[in-house]
Amino acid sequence: MAVLDVAGLTKAYGDLRALDGVSFRLEAGELFGFVGSNGAGKTTTMRIILGVLTADAGTVTWDGAPIDFAGRRRIGYMPEERGLYPKMRVGEQLEYLARLHGLDASAAVTASKRWAETLGIDARYADEVQQLSLGNQQRVQLAAALVHSPDLLVLDEPFSGLDPVAVDVMSGVLQERAAAGVPVIFSSHQLDLVERLCDRVGIIRDGKMVAQGTIADLRHTDTPQWMIDGPTGDGWLSSLPGVRLISQQGARTVVEYSNTDGNSGSSTSGEAAIGQTILRAALAAGPVTEFAPLRPSLTEIYRHEVSTTEESAAHQGNGDAR
Amino acid sequence: MSLTTPTVQAAAAAGPALPAQSAWSSIGLIARREISTRTRAKSWRVTTLIMVAVVVAGVLIAHFAGGLTQSFAVGFTPDVPAATVNAIEATAKAASVSMTASTPASQDAGQALLTSGDLDALVIPQTAGDAPSGAPSFEVVVKQTLDPSLQATFTALAQQDALDAQVTGLGGDPGTVAAAIHEANVQVTALEPEPTIDTSQIVVGLATVIVMYIALMMGSQFVAQGVVEEKSSRVVEILLATVRPTYLMAGKVLGIGVVVLIQMVATVGAAALAAHCTGVLDASAIHLGSMLVWSVAWFLVGFTIFALMLAALASLVSRQEEVGSVTMPALMLAMLPYMYTVTVLLHEPQAQLGKVMSFVPFFAPFLMPVRAAFNVVAPWEQPVALVIAVAFLPVLAWLAGRIYAGAVLRTGARIRLKDALRSA
Ligand SMILES: Nc1ncnc2c1ncn2[C@@H]1O[C@H](COP(=O)(O)OP(=O)(O)O)[C@@H](O)[C@H]1O
Ligand SMILES: [Mg+2]
Repeated sequence: MAVLDVAGLTKAYGDLRALDGVSFRLEAGELFGFVGSNGAGKTTTMRIILGVLTADAGTVTWDGAPIDFAGRRRIGYMPEERGLYPKMRVGEQLEYLARLHGLDASAAVTASKRWAETLGIDARYADEVQQLSLGNQQRVQLAAALVHSPDLLVLDEPFSGLDPVAVDVMSGVLQERAAAGVPVIFSSHQLDLVERLCDRVGIIRDGKMVAQGTIADLRHTDTPQWMIDGPTGDGWLSSLPGVRLISQQGARTVVEYSNTDGNSGSSTSGEAAIGQTILRAALAAGPVTEFAPLRPSLTEIYRHEVSTTEESAAHQGNGDAR
Repeated sequence: MSLTTPTVQAAAAAGPALPAQSAWSSIGLIARREISTRTRAKSWRVTTLIMVAVVVAGVLIAHFAGGLTQSFAVGFTPDVPAATVNAIEATAKAASVSMTASTPASQDAGQALLTSGDLDALVIPQTAGDAPSGAPSFEVVVKQTLDPSLQATFTALAQQDALDAQVTGLGGDPGTVAAAIHEANVQVTALEPEPTIDTSQIVVGLATVIVMYIALMMGSQFVAQGVVEEKSSRVVEILLATVRPTYLMAGKVLGIGVVVLIQMVATVGAAALAAHCTGVLDASAIHLGSMLVWSVAWFLVGFTIFALMLAALASLVSRQEEVGSVTMPALMLAMLPYMYTVTVLLHEPQAQLGKVMSFVPFFAPFLMPVRAAFNVVAPWEQPVALVIAVAFLPVLAWLAGRIYAGAVLRTGARIRLKDALRSA
């Protein structure tokens, strides 16, 4: 059962449809990457989950019941626009937020110290937040989201503005939390990072979810491609039905398989079998020094999704205008 | 994760007591943060000390300047007969003119004291040998002018002397005449007796309205700045992911209220203590104890009214620079009774307009304590005005809560009141 179930969220600002039926699910211990261009609706979605914004339609369900105020207090939230009391000391600030989330005084102190230590800001515990560098303020912000041991983490662009070391610290913490069973949803424009960290990814475009699934699911295609460094020419391909040459540079050949009859190519095992058939045909034609399936990176998938929906959206727009 | 479901249901089954408790603990935490961060600030401590110092200094100055009711220093040269001295003192007392008598060594010494300002008047024996019979047996030397009330005292005595001389000349007994004159009083019955006003009532009335104005304006400005601080630093978004907007507003108003109350109790308490020790108000008609108690009640009501109004108005803007203009209408509501008090009420405490206005919730916290200082409020008036104001609070709190909740998360351009109310 999904821990968090977001279904059919719709939100309009005047004539602008910021969200148009956004739905996704989050399982326990899952790291979910939420990607999309600026203004796609990521922040709006997260604010609705946190209840700081109300949706026009749609539901947010937590453990099978509509999320309520008490449930929302169990979420750790890092807003896109960072916010802390500039003149409050780091430690006091964390302890205060922990107590607002329901921890008692001593538990609040213990948790604040622990997270300050984990995130490497324990040396600044007694300093005012405004005296810290922006990167360190961001660590305090993450500590503020974690200090009450939340059951769900909602982080809006947690990696923006971090140095590589801080990115590693942040990634480590998110993975550790997910491993402890806490579902994590975060938005980011750093797609390589999302690809490396996340179990599943959702791509949002103009307020609509255009793709979601595991990285493997998203990479899967009905027209898989392979790169072969080996025989030149395309003579050896003629014995392979459904396989065609895409490009050839020197000894480097790219081929693509498209399913012409059944749907054997649409399953991963079928795809692997076709790969082996292609490799055998290539070996029969000459020595092969390199052979690999060509999978689109998340960046390529993202570009593809964003551009195709841009076109379809444009068409739809024309249709509506008529 | 599904394990948490029964707990949530159990919590819901426990009824409304649970959320209410968490509401109060949230409000309490928010108020405590306001109290601890603000009372720790150096600026707050310095302001409090300065306010205490100013009021204590004011009371001491009033005391050393001879109290708030004027007293005159009158010197008598040694050759003035004791009978004259006694007669002057008795006449002054009968006319409620406060004077202290002293005896400089000589007329020259007395004149030196007049010049230095230590004496208000110097009484010397009659010098002119050719004075007509019935002329008073003394003369008065002053530095520049004689105060009218002293003048009246001396004149009354001189006239008495003249009358005595004439009565004696006609063969009568001055004592019998004096007794007869004393008896001959016209009985005056006032239909609406006007209470006597002494200077101390004006001073206390003015001090009350000033302190109330400072306390309410300072406190509600703190609230407005606090609201905008949370908005501009964007911390409000993580706070509102944990607490409801109305709790955040309530906690802030409560905490700042306590902070300002501490400051006011310190200031007014120091003033009252100084007044008590110096006895500066002992002669006045003010009921200091009951006035202080009522003033605290009016402060609490007034602070709640203005703090709620300013919290709601401040939530409409996102920058400290805009706080002044957005809160202007509410500040006018405080300015009005303040100006009215200073220009009219202090001179005319019975004014009908003042009486009517002192029942209006926005004005009552300023006008009622001032009227009380003049003893012109009937016993029922303050309780009734307080009930009206307290009954008005829930309406104001509801409205302010709606505006605040509808506006506090929207940063950027100033939000119109109408839009804030609609989106709440
Ligand atoms: N308060 C607001 N008023 C009007 N439009 C808004 C407001 N907040 C967001 N939007 C619009 O809603 C859309 C989605 O914004 P947002 O959720 O912030 O996108 P993202 O976080 O994906 O960059 C954008 O077109 C944005 O301009
Ligand atoms: Mg965003």
